Amino acid sequence: MKTVYKRPKLLKEAHFHYCPGCGHGIVNRLLMEVIEEMDLQESAICVAPAGCGMLLYNYFEIDVLESAHGRGAAVATGIKRARPQSLVFSYQGDGDLAAIGTAEGFHAANRGENISVIFVNNGVYGMTGGQMAPTTLLDQVTTTTPEGRDPVLAGHPVRICEVFSKLDGATYLERVAVNKPAAVKKTKKAIAKAFQRQLDGLGFSLVEILAPCPTNWKMGSIESCQWIDEVMCKEFPLGVVKEVRGGDRPRAEAPGGAATGKGASCS
Amino acid sequence: MKRLMSGNAALGEAAVLSGCTCYFGYPITPQNELTEYMARRMATSGGVFIQSESEIAAINMVLGASVTGARAMTSSSSPGISLKQEGISYLAADELPAVIVNMARGGPGMGNISPAQSDYFQATRGGGHGDYKTIVLAPGSVQELTEIVPLAFDLADKYRNPVIILGDGMLGQMMEPVDFDNLQRPPDYEKDYTLTGAKERPARKIHSLIFDTKLQEEHNWKLFRKFRLMEQNEVRYETYLTDDAEMIVIAYGFGARIAKGAIKRLRQENLKVGMIRPVTLWPFPAKALRDMAKTVNDFFVFEMSTGQMVEDVKLSLEGRGHVHFYGRPGGVVPMPIELSRIIARHYIQAQAGGRRRKR
Ligand SMILES: Cc1ncc(C[n+]2csc(CCOP(=O)(O)OP(=O)(O)O)c2C)c(N)n1
Ligand code: SF4
Repeated sequence: MKTVYKRPKLLKEAHFHYCPGCGHGIVNRLLMEVIEEMDLQESAICVAPAGCGMLLYNYFEIDVLESAHGRGAAVATGIKRARPQSLVFSYQGDGDLAAIGTAEGFHAANRGENISVIFVNNGVYGMTGGQMAPTTLLDQVTTTTPEGRDPVLAGHPVRICEVFSKLDGATYLERVAVNKPAAVKKTKKAIAKAFQRQLDGLGFSLVEILAPCPTNWKMGSIESCQWIDEVMCKEFPLGVVKEVRGGDRPRAEAPGGAATGKGASCS
Repeated sequence: MKRLMSGNAALGEAAVLSGCTCYFGYPITPQNELTEYMARRMATSGGVFIQSESEIAAINMVLGASVTGARAMTSSSSPGISLKQEGISYLAADELPAVIVNMARGGPGMGNISPAQSDYFQATRGGGHGDYKTIVLAPGSVQELTEIVPLAFDLADKYRNPVIILGDGMLGQMMEPVDFDNLQRPPDYEKDYTLTGAKERPARKIHSLIFDTKLQEEHNWKLFRKFRLMEQNEVRYETYLTDDAEMIVIAYGFGARIAKGAIKRLRQENLKVGMIRPVTLWPFPAKALRDMAKTVNDFFVFEMSTGQMVEDVKLSLEGRGHVHFYGRPGGVVPMPIELSRIIARHYIQAQAGGRRRKR
């Protein structure tokens, strides 16, 4: 019998605390798959956020440091500069990266820190009960926009990839989703690419992942996945937003240098 | 060999000689010379220097560097230290070493850029949220910095806890002759907690989120026991002319230098005044004060603030002795002659009231 799917060894045999249909579980699994396939478990260091992803250290069989809300990119910067040989990535939600931690993310990108940011965009503050996030769509109802997000009062959705794309230090920015099998595959590829680029010393990479939060969207799991395609993707178009090839980089090497891995097996 | 250096630059050199390989900072007067010194020095020593986007980012970079086992430092002045409190709380919760320098200035708010001692409460009470303490070292001269800095890195590693060096704009910016001849690089500690990748060992996780209240309580008591150890082992202070003193001045940092000048004058007039200078503001030399109260009745606290350490003096004495206070907040630095006049007035009144050494 041919094995078509197995649980990555790096994903602990623990039950996810995520709600049914949540995107975090998929992203967690993909990360462990990629790290396992690229043989990076001995060098990987993950910075966990404040947000629904914060307990990922209960599932990851790699070194994890929790950071304060929004500070992931700064913490990852400190780790990477002190240990350039490690693969360093932060895992951050949209409140974490696009609100309270905008400055840390923006400037890590601008300095071209040789780190990767895994950015889970579910359009709401999941952990605190479904308040508006900077990425909440116009007219979207949340607990703090009970009549729908009104741009006059609450501003517009923030497109982090597009904002960061203006920064010379950011060299790889891609927006993907985890709402259907083909999209999940693409997400895995994007993560692997971000990590490979870090190994190659190419500087700051960020993978923005549109992920369902059925609980706070007040939708079923399937409906949430459809909503990503039909509504969310209109505001946040999928695809590579920026990719600077190695030779195009203005500086020979990103700060923090290259990480060590045993080569990528994930294409 | 003696060199003429500002306190800020000397601090930077002492940090590098103490094994600090990572420095992160954001400009703010009166500590800019330190950030600038580190920019140059780290480039030649092969260390890490980042001018961060904020003090919040800097302290979190320190946290990241510290978790890999590196000796890491950040510095700022009062308003920036307020921003660092979040990170200091996490460092304490995660039990990670770090050295944080505060060259304090007048406040609250933006205040000014003159020397002040009004961050005492913030430094000695933890400063951020939650049940924790940091060791607070208060050097009084540029030369003393060269002893304090390695000590700070050593204590941080020894207890796995952030350590604060509390100076002020005067200490940071004045130039004094200094040598590093006796500076000993603190020993390297066995670090079995660092995150370096799960190679030939199980994966590690470091976090301060503890949902289970019983476990959080146990973590709090564990930290508490560590803080109690610090209180038992790490109190440091200097005494000056205390043997025959009728009145003891308590002052720290630059304030203690002004007080020393004042005491020299008072001694010329045969007023028997001595001094206890706390070097660790936390843990506070409470026992030294209580012991002194066996023979001395009058304690005179001088601070460049409206009175913060004076509360620790009262707590330490527990009612044994009269506590006098003189403060100059707002960045005002009084001359020794001013302070000596005030002390003399209090001294003469105390003597007139019949209070003498109990012996
Ligand atoms: C300084 C601070 N402010 C607020 C919080 C509370 N808090 C925890 S997670 C969170 C937002 C999480 O939203 P997001 O980053 O979008 O992640 P999600 O839970 O949706 O995955 C907030 C506000 C905190 N932990 N720290
Ligand atoms: S609240 Fe939303 S983001 Fe959080 S676990 Fe539930 S579904 Fe996932």
